Amino acid sequence: MIEIKDLHKSYKMGSNSLHVLKGINFTVDEGELVAIMGSSGSGKSTLLNILGMLDVADSGEYNLDNVPIKNMNETKAAQYRNKFLGFVFQSFNLINYKTALENVALPLYYQRVGRKERQEKALKYLDQVGLKEWAEHLPNELSGGQKQRVAIARAMAAEPKVLLADEPTGALDSTTSYEVMDLIQKINDQGNTILIVTHEQDIANMCKRIVHLKDGVIIEDKKIKQVRAQQYV
Amino acid sequence: MFDIERWQEIFDTIRKNKLRTFLTGLSVASGIFILVILLGFGQGLQNGIEQEFEQDAATSVWVWPGVTSKEYKGLNPGRRIQLNNENFETSAVLLNDAIEYKSPRIFVRGITVNYGKEALIYGVQGVSAQFQFIENCKMYEGRFVNHLDEMSTAKVAVIGKKIKTDVFNKVESPIGEFIEISGIPFKIIGVYGEYEDREEERIYIPITTAQRVFNGGNRVNNISYTLPPVDNFDQAVAQAVDFKNSLKTHLQQSHTIAPDDTSALNVWSAMEEAKRYYSLTGNIKLFFWFVGICTIIAGVVGVSNIMLIVVKERTKEIGIRKALGAKPWSIIGMILHEAIFVTAISGFTGLIFSMGILEILGPHIEVDYIVNPSVNFKVAISTVFVLIFAGTVAGFFPAWRAARIQTIEALRDE
Repeated sequence: MIEIKDLHKSYKMGSNSLHVLKGINFTVDEGELVAIMGSSGSGKSTLLNILGMLDVADSGEYNLDNVPIKNMNETKAAQYRNKFLGFVFQSFNLINYKTALENVALPLYYQRVGRKERQEKALKYLDQVGLKEWAEHLPNELSGGQKQRVAIARAMAAEPKVLLADEPTGALDSTTSYEVMDLIQKINDQGNTILIVTHEQDIANMCKRIVHLKDGVIIEDKKIKQVRAQQYV
Repeated sequence: MFDIERWQEIFDTIRKNKLRTFLTGLSVASGIFILVILLGFGQGLQNGIEQEFEQDAATSVWVWPGVTSKEYKGLNPGRRIQLNNENFETSAVLLNDAIEYKSPRIFVRGITVNYGKEALIYGVQGVSAQFQFIENCKMYEGRFVNHLDEMSTAKVAVIGKKIKTDVFNKVESPIGEFIEISGIPFKIIGVYGEYEDREEERIYIPITTAQRVFNGGNRVNNISYTLPPVDNFDQAVAQAVDFKNSLKTHLQQSHTIAPDDTSALNVWSAMEEAKRYYSLTGNIKLFFWFVGICTIIAGVVGVSNIMLIVVKERTKEIGIRKALGAKPWSIIGMILHEAIFVTAISGFTGLIFSMGILEILGPHIEVDYIVNPSVNFKVAISTVFVLIFAGTVAGFFPAWRAARIQTIEALRDE
């Protein structure tokens, strides 16, 4: 599903250049639930952003679903993001003047799905995350956990091939975190490929594979026995 | 533009960002409003001044005497000049080709006017037949003094409409009634109307009668002429100046006045005066345009500012939309579509509102020099389009920049 070879990325900070990713190689197969771990500054978020085509690498190869992602203009990148990728962010990134339902329906708007069908689909996904009754509420009327669940519903609404989550539990307390992880595990159980960036060990343990990043290189890549979040909820 | 989904998206955004939309709209609407009102008053001013000059024939030239201020050919300064019938007749013959209408005038003084037992306090003036056309008198009833009256020194009088309403309110028509001027009965033969009440408070009698009956001799107080109409305004002014100079030279010679004596003879031409006013209104109109354009520029700057802030404020939203798969052009399109929609609606609102005010109040405004302020619809509508266009351009660049920056940069924006 995801294939990257010798990925490099550096940021220019004034006259200095900060080398963040120093040659990353790894592959993700369909249906995997991968945690990308590392301390802050290890490059894990940058890696996720490049995988999500929100940012571009300086060099290296990236194939997404056997399509090489290279020298893409914004229009093309937008198309791919819309078709292949769903995003969940630490800060939720919901549009605050739109209701939960409208937020979930937004990726479908960019897929040119009709209004009625959009609403039905969005409601279906809101129902899946258990927020059907909250459909007409604005984000600031929801709790952190609810916001993140709306964000997950939004990411899922476009039916992406890969779900990318950047610290999805970073702004949540542990109980809510486990609820969110439970939801993510269930989505994974349906066969969706998911990548999660986190620095919390317990969250990482709920995935099926942990990739450890340090100073821009992968130092560890192992499959683990998944801890189900269900038991903590 | 006809994408229904896009419209729904925009209406959603507008509905949920009422204050922002309102402020953008207000700056556009007020810009248009002020411009239209200003242009309207510019037009009103021109209308007013044009009307002011319609009161007398536009090509009229008046001459009245004064006192000499220079010694000339052995004559002392301080001499009072008196015009007479001869001046009128010779000038009329001499400058015959350049004259359309002509009339001498004499103010009859030291008299009493009575209608029955009622004493009237109106001025009596002796004029000749063509004076009617020089003063632009409109006859409401009867006729004006004619040549025959002058030949026969007829005791006839023409009164102003105001005199009719003030004095002859008990009879159906004043025609045929008699008034007594210093005890001599004069038959009323006509009622004339003028633009101003003040000019309707006169009693005109034939000049010959005025001279003979009231000891005028052959004296004349002033002489007035009109010149034949010319299509071209500048040509008309030139013609008036030429005529004025020839007339002045002729009268100076016949009264032995120094050619550079400015106080002995006064010659006034409406054309020259009109030219001064016309260039004044031209300048005032120009000034209004200038102020109006500055207002529009202020409006454009306001719209640009708001667009910049709107885009800045929405950078994160743009990032989110891009992460969800919005293409750059769809982002630009969305922002511009909203901007055009809001500026168009508010621009037309301002236009309709201001034109409505001009339409409703305009005809009632009749102070001196401002009559029926109105605005050219084409001009008004083009300014609305200019503003919409400016709003679009002003919105485009920040929108374009916001759509072009890396999605991750936009998402980080707080």
